Amino acid sequence: MALLEIKGLRANVGEKEILKGIDLSVEPGEVHAIMGPNGSGKSTLSHVLTGRDGYTVTGGSALFEGKDLLALSPEDRARAGVFLAFQYPVEILGVTNKYFLKAAYNSVRKAHGQPELSAGEFLKYVKEKAKLVEMDPALLNRAVNAGFSGGEKKRNEILQLAVLAPKLALLDETDSGLDIDALKIVAAGINALRSPERSFVLVTHYQRLLDYIVPDFVHVLSGGRIVKSGGKELALQLEKEGYAEWTGEKVAA
Amino acid sequence: MDRREGRGLTTVPLETLPGQGLAWVERLRRSALDRFEELGFPTTKSEDWRFTNVEPIARTRFSPAPPRPAGTAAPKLLEGALCAFDAYRLVFLDGTHVPDLSSPLPKAAVLASLAGLLKTQPKRLEGLLGRKEDGRQAFAALNTALFSDGAALLLPRGVVLDKPVHLLFLYTAAASPVASHVRVLVEAGAGSRAQVVEEHASVGEGAHFATSVTEILAGENSQVGHVLLERENLAAYHVSRLQVHQARDSRFEAHAISVGGALVRNDVCLKLEEPGADGSLNGLYLLSGAQHLDNHTRIEHAAPHGASRELYKGVLSGQARAVFDGPIHVLPGAQKTDANVYNKNLLLSEQGLVDTKPEFKIYANDVQCKHGATIGQLSADALFYLRSRGLDAASARALLIFAFASEMIERLPVEGLRGALEALLSRRFLESSHA
Repeated sequence: MALLEIKGLRANVGEKEILKGIDLSVEPGEVHAIMGPNGSGKSTLSHVLTGRDGYTVTGGSALFEGKDLLALSPEDRARAGVFLAFQYPVEILGVTNKYFLKAAYNSVRKAHGQPELSAGEFLKYVKEKAKLVEMDPALLNRAVNAGFSGGEKKRNEILQLAVLAPKLALLDETDSGLDIDALKIVAAGINALRSPERSFVLVTHYQRLLDYIVPDFVHVLSGGRIVKSGGKELALQLEKEGYAEWTGEKVAA
Repeated sequence: MDRREGRGLTTVPLETLPGQGLAWVERLRRSALDRFEELGFPTTKSEDWRFTNVEPIARTRFSPAPPRPAGTAAPKLLEGALCAFDAYRLVFLDGTHVPDLSSPLPKAAVLASLAGLLKTQPKRLEGLLGRKEDGRQAFAALNTALFSDGAALLLPRGVVLDKPVHLLFLYTAAASPVASHVRVLVEAGAGSRAQVVEEHASVGEGAHFATSVTEILAGENSQVGHVLLERENLAAYHVSRLQVHQARDSRFEAHAISVGGALVRNDVCLKLEEPGADGSLNGLYLLSGAQHLDNHTRIEHAAPHGASRELYKGVLSGQARAVFDGPIHVLPGAQKTDANVYNKNLLLSEQGLVDTKPEFKIYANDVQCKHGATIGQLSADALFYLRSRGLDAASARALLIFAFASEMIERLPVEGLRGALEALLSRRFLESSHA
């Protein structure tokens, strides 16, 4: 059984149809990259899958481990093992990163009938994970994402991914706005978290990320549909030829 | 309704109150009572009371405090009070000092029940008590006329108290509502330092009414802190007044935490009377249901090189209503004043209502003044962010409310109080988040 099985998924923002019938199947352990030009529906897909307000699903289905993912609240999706690394992580003044991570981790543990970790136990656990993304432990005591640089925010997303250990990680434009050093650190963190039980869907505009995280499959999203799927070599082809062939635009001479 | 009557409020015979036989106390009480009868209960026609209707108080028939029920165990009375922090503690029940609940007091300073001190050392209080009253405040006049007890803290020059002073005012919610009038006087000598925590709480769920007046005279280069914690039940009425006079280079810091009461009005008057004084007012209110809270603060810069900072933050749910009125007056000659006043509100419901008016009146030309007010809601982006990490909707809301308020809790100067308040407020935030 596929970990994630999306069939004919259609969704609107207001009256406007953004997703026009998405089909995607992700098996455990696979890494999929979804590429496409701006406005193709990439972010909408990750938001719909994680249950953000403001989107109306008008058709199709998304099953996670055989269950209807779209019927769950955002928190139940997270507890079931779906994680979204945000394109624009939210700043939360007045809550320390450490407290936030502990509250999140313990709510997921509780949902699985596991005992919550004490502050001391959690600190040990989170410090270990922070090493994965080379994060300065001082950032654990700062307010969530407040005053973080772009790179620190993205690293913080990967830290949350490491802490929550989901089965499916959706990474929404995780590479955007990162310089090459930060990109390498983030990619190394993600690679360290790859496992036969964990799948990744990387949503990205740029091929660059795929130099560091090698996908099993690449899909081209355009006009709300997946118009082409292939192996990692498809990314290189896109890099060379651009999206024009798939978006119906004329290739510049 | 006869506005002058105050139904049973002023029927207390003055000669039964502390200080009888002392001519100056009798004069003080008599003239205050005359003033109250002349002023009457304020109405919403007065600018100062535009948004707060005290008719529920004026309408209620109040009784004198019942005797303390025999055999009421001390621990039972103290249940629910924030006693977890180490302090010099005086406990009052319905406006009367309860010695057996109070802790040993400091030796370096005078800390005593006001009624006791009026018996043993009245000279220490003469000329201090009520000296600075301006006579225009009806409830303060009522309090001066009728105060039954309270506390006096007299700090000699240079004395630094090693522990905070905790004044715990408990009110029983009896079958017919009780009115209590309590009073606090702090005189901080030059270079002295003290922290006073004034907590008001109910025993039981019924209505009661309290007026409290706190006078603080902060001497030269002294450092005084005052925490007002209002956590009465949701049927209670409370009108408080804090009057602070700061001498040269003194530092004063107030924190007003209001979570209780049906109708609460707090007046603060902070006067920076001599050069170099530094004062700050902090407030945090958390209101739900039909609670009504009115904070009127007034800061007066009367001398040069003064600094004042004021920040009041509030969280409202249900049909709660908050009023903030915070004028800062910079008088002629108060050059190099640095002052700011902010009021920030988080509105959790459609029916919550905030009236806010931070303002300046400046009569000097070399000053720095800033003010602002905000009324906002929880961020949908932040809520989704938290839920996408596994927090349920109510916990996510509670965490964001806590995040909004935590800055005010962190500023509290007493560590044990911070912990206890954090726990208390977390519970309340969770309740509010369901609203």
